[in-house]
Amino acid sequence: MNAESGRSKQWLLTLPSLAWLGVFFVIPCILVIVTAFRPADLQGGVGSGWTLETIHAVNNPAYLPIIWRTLWLSSITTIVCVALALPMTFQMARVGPRMRQVLLLFVVIPFLSNFLIRIFAWKSLLHPEGPLTRLLHWLHLIPEDALLLNNVGTVLLVLIYTQLPFAILPLYAAAEKFDFGLLDAARDLGAGPWRSFAKVFVPGVRRGLISAALMVFVCSLGQYMIPQMVGGASDEMLGSKIAQRVFADRNLPHASALAAGLMLAVLVPMLIVAVWHRFSRKEGAA
Amino acid sequence: MKRSWLPSLITLVVVVFLFAPLVVLVMNSFNASRFGGEWDGFTWNWYEKLWAADEVWESLAVTLKIAVSASLASMILGTLAAYALHCFRSWLQDVHQMLITVPLVMPDILMGMSLLALFVISGVETGLLTIWIAHVTFCLSFVTMVVLGRLQDFDFTLIDAARDLGATRTQSVRKVLLPLLLPGVLAGGLLAFTLSIDDYVITFFVSGPGTTTLPLRVASMMKTSRSLPVINALSTLLIGSTFLIAALSFRLQRRT
Repeated sequence: MNAESGRSKQWLLTLPSLAWLGVFFVIPCILVIVTAFRPADLQGGVGSGWTLETIHAVNNPAYLPIIWRTLWLSSITTIVCVALALPMTFQMARVGPRMRQVLLLFVVIPFLSNFLIRIFAWKSLLHPEGPLTRLLHWLHLIPEDALLLNNVGTVLLVLIYTQLPFAILPLYAAAEKFDFGLLDAARDLGAGPWRSFAKVFVPGVRRGLISAALMVFVCSLGQYMIPQMVGGASDEMLGSKIAQRVFADRNLPHASALAAGLMLAVLVPMLIVAVWHRFSRKEGAA
Repeated sequence: MKRSWLPSLITLVVVVFLFAPLVVLVMNSFNASRFGGEWDGFTWNWYEKLWAADEVWESLAVTLKIAVSASLASMILGTLAAYALHCFRSWLQDVHQMLITVPLVMPDILMGMSLLALFVISGVETGLLTIWIAHVTFCLSFVTMVVLGRLQDFDFTLIDAARDLGATRTQSVRKVLLPLLLPGVLAGGLLAFTLSIDDYVITFFVSGPGTTTLPLRVASMMKTSRSLPVINALSTLLIGSTFLIAALSFRLQRRT
């Protein structure tokens, strides 16, 4: 195959997906940033001309506690999910192929089940008349009037629940490729189970670990249905505000400014990981 | 070798944690008690109510229409993209790879918000078409990843063998590559199908009047407590179909 026809073949194969993502992914992202500098019009659309008004409006100290809450909820969710996923994927990679398939299916089913239904399941489980509340009353673990719903703890619990598969799946992909002979070697050299797990397994799957943490953190940052459904009025996250600006206030520029901020918050960790990946690949090649 | 019991215990706890809410939901769909706090006896009542809820079935039709067409389109686009990513190494593929990967980690709300901005600014009326576009966009990356995984396992010497035996280039692609790749493409399509059926956030942003998909319907039903047990019944059916599709997809992806 000569170089000329190879190149045109490459373009022919690449162009459909490249054009689609260019028009429906890249351009919309740029539009969000541009819209932040446009005035709002009364019909819920975008007016003409340019303005810094929206940026001033968003630069409001009232947003600080919401941004802070979004960040700490996402961070704790990431830590808990990774801490649970590490030993779980360690176990999944060691069991036989049949058991592995079963465990994988156990992770994939909740992952693929409707997101709303999973939140709804917790809502009915934690409902004042629901089974879990009754069980905990009966065991005298919580006082009679305790409310398990509509607080920030519930938001955190459901965040962890919905994000956990996002941590398990990339970590499992890495653990599956891990050479467990290295663990035997570490033990032969006198390392205890904890030491060999922390010093051999964890570094061995660090690529999967980073992807898992990134995935969970970024996806948690954008949540708004969870605080809306199981959180109280004071448990809003940044996503709640974006949705509110779009659907309640019908102020697209204001929503865009918030979304642009969230986009930056998402891109920074993604860039760090991309640079790290490139760097570690070069290091591996050398 | 002595193994620690801790990883097995954590695995068990995680599986119970992931499944307990779903199991309770399924049980409650057969529970005569409205709030499911206690077992009031077995009933088909909620399923009968669901059967009679015409608006749910109308939404199902909308959802299926979008899911089938969006997964077909993303199967074609995603397979081409995966093939290009696998066969070529160039700056173009670096850009291509990045464009495919970033939507995978993009929070739903940002994707919904940015597509809404596009449609509002370009004056496109939101409706079936805009939902379809949004679904193809987020399914595309997932299909590409699944097909790419399959391509990496593919033994390209088979193509050489076919050529040596006198097959033309087109014949070797059509008779060797495509049939061996098909399970991967189908698995990707099934994933796209489930993602499309389940999506709420992005659809909510780009939907218009008269295009209530099933998740949008479920969300509006959740606001009225009267229909809560009916949601349990509907959820049970949805979880059941997710299980079937996931099991089928596993079978297709199993390396032979």
